[in-house]
Amino acid sequence: MIVDGIEDEEKWLAEGIAGIQQNAFYIHRALDANNLREALKFSAHMLSELRTSKLSPHKYYELYMRAFDELRRLEIFFKDESRHGVSVVDLYELVQHAGNILPRLYLLCTVGSVYIRSKDAPVREVLKDLVEMCLGVQHPIRGLFLRSYLSQVSRDKLPDIGSGDEGDADSVMDSVEFVLQNFTEMNKLWVRLQYQGPSQIREKREKERNELRDLVGKNLHVLSQIEGVDLDMYKDTVLPRVLEQVVNCKDELAQFYLMECIIQVFPDEYHLQTLETLLGACPQLQPTVDIKAILSQLMERLSNYAASSTDVLPEFLQVEAFAKLSGAIGRVIEAQADMPIVGAIALQVSLLTFTLYVHPDRLDYVDQVLGACVKKLSGMPKLDDNRATKQVVALLSAPLDKYNDIVTALTLSNYPRVMDHLDNETNKVMAMVIIQSIMKNNTCISTADKVEVLFELIKGLIKDLDGTALDEYDEEDFNEEQNSVARLIHMFHNDDPEEMVKIICTVKKHIMNGGPRRLPFTVPSLVFSALRLVRQLQGQDGDVVGEDIPTTPKKIFQLLNETIEALSSVPSPELALRLYLQCAEAANDCDLEPVAYEFFTQAFVLYEEEIADSKAQVTAIHLIIGMLQRMNVFGVENRDTLTHKATGYSAKLLKKPDQCRAVYACSHLFWVDDQDGLKDGERVLLCLKRALRIANAAQQMANVTRGSSGPVTLFVEILNKYLYYFEKENPQITSSAIQGLIELIATEIQNPASDVFFVSTLRYIQFQKQKGGLLAEKYDSIKIRFPFV
Amino acid sequence: MNFLAGAFKPPCKISISLADGGARKKVPLKKENGQSVMVPLFHSQENIVGEVIIEPLYGKKVEHNGVKIELLGQIELYFDRGNFYDFTSLVRELDVPGDLYERKTYPFEFSTVEMPYESYNGVNIRLRYVLKVTISRNFVPNIVEYLDFVIIYSVVGVRNYSPPPAINNSIKMEVGIEDCLHIEFEYSKSKYHLKDVIIGKIYFLLVRIKIKNMELEIRRRESTGSGTNTYVETETLAKFELMDGAPVRGESIPIRLFLSPYELTPTYRNINNKFSVKYFLNLVLVDDEDRRYFKQQEFQLYRLLENP
Repeated sequence: MIVDGIEDEEKWLAEGIAGIQQNAFYIHRALDANNLREALKFSAHMLSELRTSKLSPHKYYELYMRAFDELRRLEIFFKDESRHGVSVVDLYELVQHAGNILPRLYLLCTVGSVYIRSKDAPVREVLKDLVEMCLGVQHPIRGLFLRSYLSQVSRDKLPDIGSGDEGDADSVMDSVEFVLQNFTEMNKLWVRLQYQGPSQIREKREKERNELRDLVGKNLHVLSQIEGVDLDMYKDTVLPRVLEQVVNCKDELAQFYLMECIIQVFPDEYHLQTLETLLGACPQLQPTVDIKAILSQLMERLSNYAASSTDVLPEFLQVEAFAKLSGAIGRVIEAQADMPIVGAIALQVSLLTFTLYVHPDRLDYVDQVLGACVKKLSGMPKLDDNRATKQVVALLSAPLDKYNDIVTALTLSNYPRVMDHLDNETNKVMAMVIIQSIMKNNTCISTADKVEVLFELIKGLIKDLDGTALDEYDEEDFNEEQNSVARLIHMFHNDDPEEMVKIICTVKKHIMNGGPRRLPFTVPSLVFSALRLVRQLQGQDGDVVGEDIPTTPKKIFQLLNETIEALSSVPSPELALRLYLQCAEAANDCDLEPVAYEFFTQAFVLYEEEIADSKAQVTAIHLIIGMLQRMNVFGVENRDTLTHKATGYSAKLLKKPDQCRAVYACSHLFWVDDQDGLKDGERVLLCLKRALRIANAAQQMANVTRGSSGPVTLFVEILNKYLYYFEKENPQITSSAIQGLIELIATEIQNPASDVFFVSTLRYIQFQKQKGGLLAEKYDSIKIRFPFV
Repeated sequence: MNFLAGAFKPPCKISISLADGGARKKVPLKKENGQSVMVPLFHSQENIVGEVIIEPLYGKKVEHNGVKIELLGQIELYFDRGNFYDFTSLVRELDVPGDLYERKTYPFEFSTVEMPYESYNGVNIRLRYVLKVTISRNFVPNIVEYLDFVIIYSVVGVRNYSPPPAINNSIKMEVGIEDCLHIEFEYSKSKYHLKDVIIGKIYFLLVRIKIKNMELEIRRRESTGSGTNTYVETETLAKFELMDGAPVRGESIPIRLFLSPYELTPTYRNINNKFSVKYFLNLVLVDDEDRRYFKQQEFQLYRLLENP
């Protein structure tokens, strides 16, 4: 059925074209012979082909274009009076004798266009006459094309300023009046097209109308091209008349398209000066018209205009562009009660973009826009519309992008209130955007108040919000988020310690709500941030020694203690242990023995109570030993207690090799290689001997269980410790002891040559011997027998 | 046959020429055979001056009982063929009975002739003016051919001009079909001269039918005879499309119809009690299913003096 229709249409089109071509042939012949009467007769015949009702607009256009080309020739002929000998006035009458209206009017328009260009023609009358006579064609498609033809042939002949006519202003007015009227009629026809034919093919109609819309829009373009249309005329005549038509036609398609057209074809400057009128029309449009797209376009254009040159900004202020736009948007939202929320928000986004471009200094405007959103969103459940959410995110991101500075956004009181309306997921996305913005711009957040506000904004990341089950989280995303928060904490900084403490307290307050999954990410940041402050205070110690200074390292350590405690109960004992040790070190540097001791105590408690995994224990004990070794704040008693503990735990590790390594590491606790460090050679030797015993035991166990003694790595490691202390002048470590150890290893190893570690250790000794100097003398007594390779 | 034909040939040639023949304006006149000839144009009250030339053929002698020229105003009714009514008849004697041997010229003149009606060529009727030259001959009584060859008609078209009418109201009317279509139309005047333009508009008050197009027709109604013998003939002289497509309520469609391209005559009322010619404007609306809705209005035509 449909296929047939299309085929038929092709056929009809072909017939029409053939008709036109045939008559065109006769027209050419008549024109060659300068025979006016024949030319008119065949032109009328040719134009009769355009009377068809069988073609779709698309096909009709094809036919029209063919006729159009022929009419151009005819126009040239008409113009040359010497060829046909009839004055243009008479010609104007002559063509009206045609009996059929469509050919008659096409010819009338053709002659008319020649007429208005001729000197001393009553231009106004002719224009008026043409546009009125065209009323005779009420068929939408034929009428549209006829009027389009009228517009086409007259556009380059319309009187305008600079066209040399007298009474410029008047003649421009005539032109404007003409185009406006033609526009009005065309629009009416275009709208009417919608209501013709059966309602089943409504969609098809709409499609066809879309194809025709440019015919209507062209008129607006012509108007914009008339130079004589200055701002005043635009304001007083053109715009009101166009808008009147737009509003009155009550057609969704037309209203949307024409509003777009107005915005696109006329200069920005005019829009700015006529904002009120233009915006006033918006609430009067049909409720189904996508006003937000229209307003968005308008604002986009104005934004670009503002961006084009700073010179134009005063104009914006002068006309109170923001207030007008804001008001208009408010009215539109109010008028279109059933506009989806996404539309309303999108409008506000456009307005915001506009504001950011035009009034970057007016934060209150931004806040006002956000306030309007809050108003719209309040009283509604949280957004669950995906698109609306996106718009809100856009709304919130815009100021961040513009100002590159979250601090500015923090001063917007409505900002967090808008965020409240987002669903949890989006809220987090938005929080991430904020954090990324801070990171990107390296913004330093310098007061506790701002931190407070910021945490309020990103609370989605900081704590569990109501109604979110934990298992909904995507592990990767979650880690990413929390890492970001951790990074963010480092961006809080103030050189004033007092303020910095406040910041830290604030941060602590917030992150403590984070729950077990977040603390491991956030606490380290906080701790290190605080430790940085401690270091800073430590540096200025001399300057500020007031009693009532609230920010002493001691206080901070108390804070830290609580913080880490929270972490250890999470439980994340290993991390807590590390942090305790860090703190201990800092306390050490601050000369705060009790504090440092407390931290160590905490660390040991954790070790005892929480760290059960043997591998973790190994790591932890090594960490403890390492840190303890560096402590110099402890008195003998405290130190003894701690070293004793450490050594004790070392020996109690599960695996023999681990035991061995921990024990020989403990030896360092008794030998601090400083100027006035502790140097207890005897206990060092004790440790090493103990290590040797354990290594031996390990070797035997291996023999028993696997039938072969494993590698001798442990022995070689211990040998290296011996060598270290030997070089450090520990009197308890003698060359004979080393000699004995080497022999021992050599016998233990089945194939000493294959043990690289051992061989290179021997080579080291050899090297020291040959190097000469004091050390060489010491080494001299050690005899080395290289294994066979 | 040639011999016979020769015997019946008129023995002389008669021609009539008018004194201002070359300068006088000529207009086309349709003959019975459908062909148009150009004939001189006269106004009422004009002098008709000219001469008749009689030229015998073959040097023959033409005997006659006198030569006369007549000016006749005739009304001819086609349905009553052969029936002429002479409403004007003027005679000038050109020659007394005698013989004609050679070419002879007779001047004639009809002064300020009253020619009250215009020449008219209608469907059922013809009104014409002729000059008729008759050479009366004495023959054997049973031969009547003298009418055949001695009479030559020379047709003179006469038209009457009138001044513009003093009162000329517009024609305005609201018509319609209940709940379907209401229109109001207006023609600027009720009386138009023959080269006039009909200006007007049609205003659509209500449109519930699907109109395809609208045209304006000029119709001529010719009525002849009287009483039971009245013959009425109507012709459509012009069809002029005013509108293409369906208008909506509130549309106003302009009318501009130039009368000059059409072959119109003035309105004639009861000419010599024989016939009338009236003109009508017929507004026709055609709907999608080719139903026609129309309203007919009489309007008057008159001939305006071209160079007053």
